[in-house]
Order: sequence, then C-alpha cells, then structure tokens
Amino acid sequence: MTANGAPTGLTQGSTTRGGIGESTLRPDGVLKVTGEFAYASDMWHEDMLWGQILRSTVAHAEIVSIDTSEALATAGVYAVMTYDDLPTDVRHYGLEIRDTPVLAHGKVRHHGEPVAIVAADHPETARRAAAKIRVEYRELPLVTDEASATAPDAVLVHEHRTDHHSGHVPHPNIVHRQPIVRGDADAAAGRADVIVEGDYCFGMQDQAFLGPESGLAVPGEDGGVDLYIATQWLHSDLRQIAPVLGLPEDKVRMTLSGVGGAFGGREDLSMQIHACLLALRTGKPVKIVYNRFESFFGHVHRHPARLHYEHGATRDGRLTHVKCRIVLDGGAYASASPAVVGNAASLSVGPYVCEDVDIEALALYSNNPPCGAMRGFGAVQACFAYEAQMDKVAAELGLDPVEFRRINAMEQGTLMPTGQRVDSPAPVAELLRRVKAMPMPPERQWESSEGADVRQLPGGLSNTTHGEGVVRGVGYAVGIKNVGFSEGFDDYSTARVRLEVAGGRPVVTVHTAMAEVGQGGVTVHAQIARTELGVAEVTIRPADTQVGSAGSTSASRQTYVTGGAVRNACELVREKVLEIGRRRLGPYHPAWATAELLLEGGKVVTDGGEVLADLVDVLEDEVVEVEEEWRHRPTEPFDPRTGQGNGHVQYSFAAHRAVVEVDTELGLVKVIELACAQDVGKALNPLSVVGQIQGGTVQGLGIAVMEEIVVDPVTAKVRNPSFTDYLLPTILDTPALPVDVLELADDHAPYGLRGVGEAPTLSSTPAVLAAIRDATGLALDRTPVRPEHLTGTAADQDPPGGARNVTPSAPPGALTKSHTARGT
Amino acid sequence: MDFLRPASWEEALAAKAEHPTAVPIAGGTDVMVEINFDHRRPEYLMDLNRVADLTEWEVGEDFVRLGASVPYTRIMEDLRTELPGLALASHTVASPQIRNRGGVGGNLGTASPAGDAHPALLAAGAEVEAESVRGTRRIPIDAFYTGVKRNALAPDELIRAVHVRKADGPQQFSKVGTRNAMVIAVCAFGLAVHPDTRTVRTGIGSAAPTPIRATAAEEFLNAALEEGGFWDNGKVVTPSAVKRFADLCAAACDPIDDVRGTAAYRRHAVGVMARRTLTWTWESYRGARRTTEGAA
Repeated sequence: MTANGAPTGLTQGSTTRGGIGESTLRPDGVLKVTGEFAYASDMWHEDMLWGQILRSTVAHAEIVSIDTSEALATAGVYAVMTYDDLPTDVRHYGLEIRDTPVLAHGKVRHHGEPVAIVAADHPETARRAAAKIRVEYRELPLVTDEASATAPDAVLVHEHRTDHHSGHVPHPNIVHRQPIVRGDADAAAGRADVIVEGDYCFGMQDQAFLGPESGLAVPGEDGGVDLYIATQWLHSDLRQIAPVLGLPEDKVRMTLSGVGGAFGGREDLSMQIHACLLALRTGKPVKIVYNRFESFFGHVHRHPARLHYEHGATRDGRLTHVKCRIVLDGGAYASASPAVVGNAASLSVGPYVCEDVDIEALALYSNNPPCGAMRGFGAVQACFAYEAQMDKVAAELGLDPVEFRRINAMEQGTLMPTGQRVDSPAPVAELLRRVKAMPMPPERQWESSEGADVRQLPGGLSNTTHGEGVVRGVGYAVGIKNVGFSEGFDDYSTARVRLEVAGGRPVVTVHTAMAEVGQGGVTVHAQIARTELGVAEVTIRPADTQVGSAGSTSASRQTYVTGGAVRNACELVREKVLEIGRRRLGPYHPAWATAELLLEGGKVVTDGGEVLADLVDVLEDEVVEVEEEWRHRPTEPFDPRTGQGNGHVQYSFAAHRAVVEVDTELGLVKVIELACAQDVGKALNPLSVVGQIQGGTVQGLGIAVMEEIVVDPVTAKVRNPSFTDYLLPTILDTPALPVDVLELADDHAPYGLRGVGEAPTLSSTPAVLAAIRDATGLALDRTPVRPEHLTGTAADQDPPGGARNVTPSAPPGALTKSHTARGT
Repeated sequence: MDFLRPASWEEALAAKAEHPTAVPIAGGTDVMVEINFDHRRPEYLMDLNRVADLTEWEVGEDFVRLGASVPYTRIMEDLRTELPGLALASHTVASPQIRNRGGVGGNLGTASPAGDAHPALLAAGAEVEAESVRGTRRIPIDAFYTGVKRNALAPDELIRAVHVRKADGPQQFSKVGTRNAMVIAVCAFGLAVHPDTRTVRTGIGSAAPTPIRATAAEEFLNAALEEGGFWDNGKVVTPSAVKRFADLCAAACDPIDDVRGTAAYRRHAVGVMARRTLTWTWESYRGARRTTEGAA
C-alpha cells in the first residue's frame, strides 16, 4: 500500500491564512496554561446558593426512611429535596434506557447513588446539612460479577425491566448481549495448526478529567431555567432534563461553560437536574461543584471486563478462526452499556482478516459503580485481549509478532465480522511497518559519568535502582475503532453560519451546539469557515441550545460530523452570496455567469484568479445566514442473532510500539517510549491531531500500569476515590511520544478526514503490556499491571485491592459458572 | 473551627497549653487533606507560619538542628552534605509546590507510617525537640513513634525542631511507589553507614504500624562487619551477609494488604531495597576509604 496523502472532497481551496491543514492555535490555549480560563466551577452569580448531594453509603439497600427535618432546620438551608419532592411523574433519566432515578426511590443500587439534595447559602452549610439527613438502609444481597448476576437465586438489580433490550437478554441482570456469528468457527478450528486460548481481565478506568462536574442553574422570569454547564452534549442533556422539570425544552436554556476534560465521563447527566430542581424550588441561582472525591461517584467509568479468547492459525501464519466472549460490568445503571456491547462485539477480532468467528459480548447489571462511555468505548477492552492473543499465537508459530500481524492485517475491501466491507483505506500493515521502522531509543540511558541518573530509571527520583534488575522490553499493538455513532443511530449535527459586513470587513460567525471539551473543535470550525468562505475573520459563538443539536463530543466524531455540518452550511452560504452577486453585479461582468467562482481573500474571484468584486460590495448590508443539519452515511443495526449489518460509519486505525524498562526485582516499570503511527485521513489541524494522539496514548499507558478504580468485591464500595490512590501518569511517567501521521483520504468523509481521538487509546495499552511481557517473560493477563504481578507477590485470591493475577473465566455459554471466589 | 495565629513561639506554646486539642498547621500537607476529606474537624487550628524561627536550621558539631517547618526544598538544596539520606527522602515528597511548603515537623506530627522523612531520620539517628510551657525535652527518634499515627508528644507540646545526626558516612534512601512522582510510599527504606561508631542503621516506612528500624538486621550486620574486619579492610560485604541482612530487614516488616499494595509485596520490596542500599552505601564507603588512604 502506498501512502498517498492527497486529500479529497475539497469543495474549495483557499489561500486564506488559518484555513484547514494549518496548525492554528487554540483561542483558549494561553488562558488555560496561565490559569485564567473560566471553567464551569469558576462561575458565580449574585445571590446564588450552593447545592449539595447526599449519596448512599452502601451499594445495595432498601431505603427504610429518610428524615430531612434536621437538615431543613439548619440556618442557611433553603431547600432539601428527595424523590418524593420531584415535580412530575418523569423521575428517571438515561442515555438510552431511562433507568436512573433522579434521586433514589425506595432503594439504592450502588455506592454513591444520589439520595437527597440540599441548597444552602454556603457550600459548607450545604455539606453539613446534607450530613444531617438521616437515611435508614436495609442492606440487600449484592450483585458484583457474572456469577452473582446470573445465579439461579440472583437478586435482580432492576426488577421490572421494560426496555427494548429486556426481551432478548438471557437474564434480567444482563443489560444487552450481542452475538456475532460468521462462517463456521468450529469447522475452521479443524484446519488450525495451533489453537491458543486466553483469559483476560481489564480494570475499571476513570476518565479523571481535571475539571470536576459543575454547573449553575438560574431560574428565569418565565418559569424556565438557564443552565450553564460543562457537558459533552447539550441537547442530549436537554432531552433528559426538561421532562423531569415538567418544562418544555425551550424553557430550559442551556449554555456550555468551560469544560475541563470529558473523555466520555460527561455523556451522562451528573448534577444538571439537581441544580435545576433546586433553582426552581428556591427561586435563586444554584451552583453545584463536585470535589474530587464526589467526582469519582459522579460519573460513569470505563467498563471493567473479563474476556475469553480462542485464536487458531495455520502453520504459515494465517488466522483460521476467532472465538471470544466479552463480559463487561455495566454496574447499577445502563448508561451507554448497550452501545459499548455493540462496539466490543463488532470490533472484537481487531484489524485482521478472519472469515470464521463466534463472538459474544454482554454487559451486566450489578451493584458496582455504573460504567459507560470512555474514550475507546468497548474497543479498548477487546484490543487489550486480542493483541495479547496475537502475540501468543505468533510465539506458538515461531513468527515475529509484527510479521504475524502483517500477514493477517485487514485492508480496504476486507469484510468485518459483521459482514460490513471496509470501504476506505485501512493501512494496518503500513502503520505497523512505520512504528517498527522508527529508530529505537538508546539503551541504558541512565548511565552517566557521575553514576546512575535515577530520573531515567524505573522508580525515578524514588531512587530504587541504579540499574540493578533492569531489563528492557519491546512490544507492538494495533487497533481498530469505529468513528461516529453506530447501529442505525441518526447521527447528525447542525451548524448556523452567518456572513455579513461589519466595520467595513466581511466577517463570519459560526454557531453550533458542539461541546468544546478540549478536542479543538473551536479551532477547526474557524479553519473550515476560512477555507470555505475565504474570509479571515471568523467568530465562533458559544455553544448553546439556541441552535440545533451538534450531537455528542465523543466517538471521535465532532470534526467529522459537526465539521461536516459547518462545511455544508458554509457551502450554502457561499451559494447564496454568489447568487446575490450575480443578481447585483452580474450585468457588469460576463464571468459572473460563465466562470467557476470562489470566495477568496474577502473577494469573489474566478477560478482563473480574476477578482470580480469585494464581498463588502456584494453584500452591502445584507446578512447571509444558514442553519442546516448534516448527516453522515446511515448505518444499520446489528442483527440480534448473527450480529450482521453495516453498523459503523468509518473505522480508524493506530499502531504503537512500546519500549519499557522494568525493574524485574521490584516490579517497577518505566515506559521509555511509546511511538505511534496513525492514519487520520486528513489532518485539519496537525498540531491538534498530534496532541490527540499523544493524549490518547498516555491515557492508554495509564490503564496499562497504574490507573484503576478499586471496588471492594465484598461490599461493592469504591476504595480509592482520590488522586492520592487513583494514580494518573504525571509528566515524569510520560515517555517520549514520537508520532507518525498518515493522511489517506476517506472519500466518504469531509475533506477525507478520519476521526482521531480514540484509536491511540486502544493500542497503547496492549503495546505496553507486550513490552512488559517481553522484558519479564510473564504471562500478564490483566491490566493495570501492578508491581505485585511482576514479583509474584499478589494475593492468592481476589484480595482487597482487586489485584487479581489469574482470572479464570467461564467457557462460552456457561453463564452461571463462577468466575472467582466471592465473599473472601 | 477557631483559627489561632500565634505571632511567636511563646505565643504558640501558650495557645497550645490553653487549647491542647489545637492542631498545628504549617505546610498543611497532611492536615489540609484530612480537613478536606472531612476526616478531621479540629476545634482549633493553629497556624505556625508566623513563627519565623521554625523555618531556620543550624549546622552544629554533631547534629543539624532542623526547624520543624524547614521546607523539604531547602533540605534537598542546602543540606545534601550534612543530611544526605533526608535530602534523598525529601526529593520523593509529593510535588515541587508541596516540597516548598511541607517540612519534617509535619511528618513527625502526623507520624503516619508512610511519612517519607521517617526512614531517613531513623537511619541517621535523630532527636525530636518538643516543647511546652512546662519546658523542653528531646525525644529520641526510636521512642517517638508510638502507634499508627501516634507519637510521644504530650497534648500541650509542639515540635520545635529535630536534631539529626550529621552524616559521618554514606546514606541512602529508596521508596517504592507505583508512579515516578507524587506518590505515597508503598514502602520505603533508609540506610546510613556510621563509620564513627562502626554501625549501620536502618529505617523502614509503610511496612509496619509505625516507622521502624530493622534492629535484628542491624545487629546481624554490625556483628558481621566487625567480625570480618570489613571496616578496616574495606572489602566487599559477602553476598551471603548481604542476603541475610536483606532477609532480616524483610522479616522486620509487619505490613498490611491495602489499596496501595499487598503485604507480601511490601516485605519483598523492603528486602530488595535493603540489599541495594547496603550495596550502594558500602561501595561509597569503600571508595571513600580508598581515597583517604591514597591521600595519606
């Protein structure tokens, strides 16, 4: 495959500075690095109250009674609300399944579930008042894993399900199950020279965005409410909020406030409804800000998973078949679990050619913390397991792991397990070739004339080794991620673009409801407008619900879909401008009628470069404004039995090479380098693209070696809800991150672009694991890897801390077989 | 919560005598965390930041008198020669911002087994200068830690300074955490070679209810060094002696399983750190001996 980097689908080129393909700088960049950017938690309103949420202290219990009298009697408290105070009959919300109570009703299903809300004139008063609410719980048996979820006498997490998945799931404690059957895996297994099985365990990762959940609700004079909020999708929030408040959607006016990261953790509602309820109840503005502790309970996490895989291959290195079973723990509420299941199933084989597959993915309801969207969305867990398997099969065959992947790499035209044909470039082999070809970091970089430089060694300044026990390892991985919302979802965006003359110059205003969460959409939209309208001055309006939905800032989709909507609206604006020009000025020059016309440098020019008119003269005081929805190609649902269907819009691919150095005696890992090659179709803003790839890579490193929410298997309580014990990589844990960006255009996408944000999060983790296996010779079937796993000092069974070393899993179909000993 | 702000040491002592439940705060590294998490709601909080002499230190003949609030940054930058073990430990405390505020007095006051300074203090040898309106006393570091997050201070006492023995030989400090910075110790180990007294002292952090010395290991090693004439002949300590020392250090631990690590790992890691730090310090000692002899 050749790396033809020519973008396609350009509607008009423009030499206007700051157009697509340039690394224009973020308008909020300087403010953010100097600490002056106003995040949602910085908002303030005169007379505002502070909201506080009382959360359950147990994971599963009946609520016997709630006594709010003492809290209400506290000076400074304006309101205390429980389920019984909700204003309408709509008392639940949810992204797809409305199973989440606004406030707990009769029972709590997970540790940290909201039970009551308080508004007071000071945050400390609100906190103390909340602590005075007396809740009597009668604890119920817990569902904590597949065995306890599907046992014959299992407690049902949701007793009366009526959602659209409830009819086809094998057990009410399974949110959704998606099989994919293609070819005949059993027959194909007969042709295999080697068959490799493996069981894998993936820990619960947190998005750990640095700006905690926060928002400000201001009651309006019309009985409505204005909500300023950090979110990922304003209109999805709106659809869930308005019915609970009993307000029409146009009376809930939402404006995006400064978002400090999201990574999927803001797809679900957090404090939105609570703040609005308190504002409407008290008639005063109400601000709610979670602290870090509460944030760990305030949003869904990445699904922890147990995965069983079987791969077969012939002696010449070709995959014969793949069987797998992926069990995701969705926790107490559905959130995005059904879609995560669809992704895990459809992407479970990875970017490889395999005709015969037998796949099953499912998500449990349990009393563990709810899990949902996080960067990589189901594809991350699968990639961790299938890439470990690819290494194991390669080792069985005596093949180089990269060569084995190359032999089986998919390419344009390959059929997915779902039967969908990959109809745009899929440079899997090329990406692997590129990361492998990158120069290796020098060996023993810690050696200096003055002794060991501990900063270059595992443990760093903790001074644990001066080179003793340190072994280098190298690992490779590649992954496949879908871009955009799948399975028949009507995934559209809306853009309003306006062109007018102001102060004697043409200016463009772009207005969308796209949530800027750090991904750089505000930069890209301005670039698109400059390219399409040839106008330098572009203003991006703050995102709000006064314009149509932009869809979610997730699934690597915003540049594709809202970028596409902006481009589309710009085209329509351009046509209108040229119409006006033809009408007004056409008689003065024949080229208005005969030539291909462009907008360039604030002027109308012919494709031959002749200037026909200045936009100022074309428009005079006329304002051209267009608001239009834009859709990508439609997708189809997966068949519930066979999993067949054109379920995805676009695929994206990244490959990583990890170089690690492991102190094999202490089990400490230093990642020396994580090199990435990724195809982005077209880099609209190359600097942002590299930033996304590096960020995703580091988030994958985190779950490889340190990040995990530890849930006590006995109590289902979170044991480490703090940045003291939930460890994120610091800059000292961040290795060199060389990035090789390919631009192979996808003809179906605007500018040929391919969603960037998630793919690097997939392959980073398995590459690091492969490198650690290479260094240590250990099997390592779980992530994150802790020092215990590398030194043979993990506890025998599931210990407190969840540091599981060996994770036997049930054979396919054996839903009731116990995975692990409980009640230890 | 009342906030006391004594302007001088005498005022601080008087306030502590009047309000023995008052919690002193200097850098706030531990206290602010506990307050933010609502683990602790002291009746009185006593801000010691106006007591200027707490941030001063004096280098004496045998000891460094280190004010309770001398920030870790100063120890790292200004006391590397006198207090090499404590300087290494200071390097591993949290982040640069916190090292600019936090000091050893806070570590001692909290007396958490995970405090980074403790193993270095135990290995070097130190005395805590505690004072109240009743007078001053010096508490040997070995007698200071009395239980999980408990120390030998009387309710009316404040820590004024810690007297740390100046290094008379090589010292090392190692700490295991699961990332390369800003991490609470899973376990830690300090070791100091004292040629003047022909002893090696140790300190173990986060592997027992309190910071401890591995006394059996020290006794074994001191005897082995003496018997083998190692202090004089400058030979490499035999691998079997190093191994036995490391095993005894591991055996001195009484760790727990918690969210940061397993007991088995902590014991194992302390053994590895004991072996390595002994090897490093003994190499330095031999190197220094050779240099001295060469010069003589």
